[in-house]
Amino acid sequence: MSDSLTYAYYPGCSGTGTSIEYDMSTRAICAELGITLTDIPDWSCCGSTPAHTVDHTLSSALSARNLALVEKMDLDTAITPCPSCLTNLKTATHRMEKDVFREKVNNLLDTPYQGGVATKSVLQILVEDMGVKALKDKTVKPLKGLKVAAYYGCIMNRPPEVMNFDDPEHPMAMDNILTALGATVLPFPLKVECCGASFGIPRKDIVMNLSGKLLDAAKDIGADALATACPLCQMNLDLRQDQINSSGGTNYDIPVFYYTQLIGLALGLSEKKLGIDKLCVSPRKVINAIGRDEAS
Amino acid sequence: MEIVNITKSYDANFVRQVEDESGQIMSQCYQCGNCTAGCPYTFVYDQPVNQIMRLVQAGQKETVLKSKSLWLCATCESCTTRCPNNIDVAHIMDVLRHMARRNGYSPVPTVKSFWDSFLSSVENNGRAFEIGLLVSYIAKTGRFWTDLDLGPKILPKGKMHFTPPNMQGKEEVKKIFNRFREESRK
Ligand code: SF4
Ligand code: SF4
Repeated sequence: MSDSLTYAYYPGCSGTGTSIEYDMSTRAICAELGITLTDIPDWSCCGSTPAHTVDHTLSSALSARNLALVEKMDLDTAITPCPSCLTNLKTATHRMEKDVFREKVNNLLDTPYQGGVATKSVLQILVEDMGVKALKDKTVKPLKGLKVAAYYGCIMNRPPEVMNFDDPEHPMAMDNILTALGATVLPFPLKVECCGASFGIPRKDIVMNLSGKLLDAAKDIGADALATACPLCQMNLDLRQDQINSSGGTNYDIPVFYYTQLIGLALGLSEKKLGIDKLCVSPRKVINAIGRDEAS
Repeated sequence: MEIVNITKSYDANFVRQVEDESGQIMSQCYQCGNCTAGCPYTFVYDQPVNQIMRLVQAGQKETVLKSKSLWLCATCESCTTRCPNNIDVAHIMDVLRHMARRNGYSPVPTVKSFWDSFLSSVENNGRAFEIGLLVSYIAKTGRFWTDLDLGPKILPKGKMHFTPPNMQGKEEVKKIFNRFREESRK
């Protein structure tokens, strides 16, 4: 790995829309940490879940178009904040190691993909290339007093042969980062359980049930807030929290941050830069309490 | 689970096809039930995932391809991660969905319509266009958007775009879909 941390950056479709604060906070912390992100020029959608439910060659081609663009950029590593994009990029890379499959995929593309790009999540390069210690050293506003549950979602680390990062049942990357930043990270038993994924529109009942369980568990362990790494998880838990309350007769009021926003706060970045105002459940009380003396 | 008479309905071709397309060996499943124990979606499935595995072993093509479970699986990878025999169960679920599609089954029409709307949005714009996707989903299903309460929460945040993304290479993406269709016709 080169000393200058430079990566091809894939924001993903939700990063330009519903998870814009994830994209904003990712860019802001990377700039602050001296990590250079170069956007993949004219990137296209990875196809998300719908593409692989139709066909694996189609799904991999949608990812491979982007990887071929990275090859043209002369960078060896592409990173993305979104676990769903990451899964598609990684699965395409993995399957295209087989010549027959690679040929089938390349037949669908204008520019064939040779296979020379590594793909990682932003979370992975933060812990592996930057290092938790470097993050800790740059902390100006420790997250003291914040009791948070780190929620990874289902596919950030699974299946392990493809994702190749952290533990598939008990991932610790976010836990370790947030602990280093001064937060109290609570043991969260559902850290890799599914939130209901993209069923919010076609089968809302599923999201109400599964995300409801996550909020329930977070409340049970006494979390002030959740930290997420996935746009879909964040949306199900935050945007739909009122719906979950009405459907389950509960009254949760738990802010759901992107972990990058929490890093940004610890680095002393402005709330505006981190898109804190884009969150639905107000994090005001929780943010105001950070750093206050516990006794007061 | 209903009782099936496998001597009458065993379809060896089906088993072979699932194995070919998924690269997995069905007989390796010894029905421990680990996949089902970890599957968060069992509560909405008509057949729990280990029963899908068993029904494939038993060559029960129609019962499997008609199953709602195939369309409700979120590919959360819990089954694949926890199978003691290293069977990529989620991959098999994916392959079964492909086969169900090709055979014209869609027992959970709202899910299929949602996925189709998403993909046509990508085909036409190169990237997913959320509001366009919703409009097309509503048109396909005839269901009014059941999330009206979310409008006031999300619209003032400036997170939804009313015009499609402006992507230069969108014709290239369209070509991927066109070539895929040509290839599938062969
Ligand atoms: S976990 Fe594996 S072996 Fe056990 S029932 Fe499921 S597929 Fe079969
Ligand atoms: S991948 Fe599908 S079948 Fe497997 S555990 Fe997840 S939802 Fe269940």
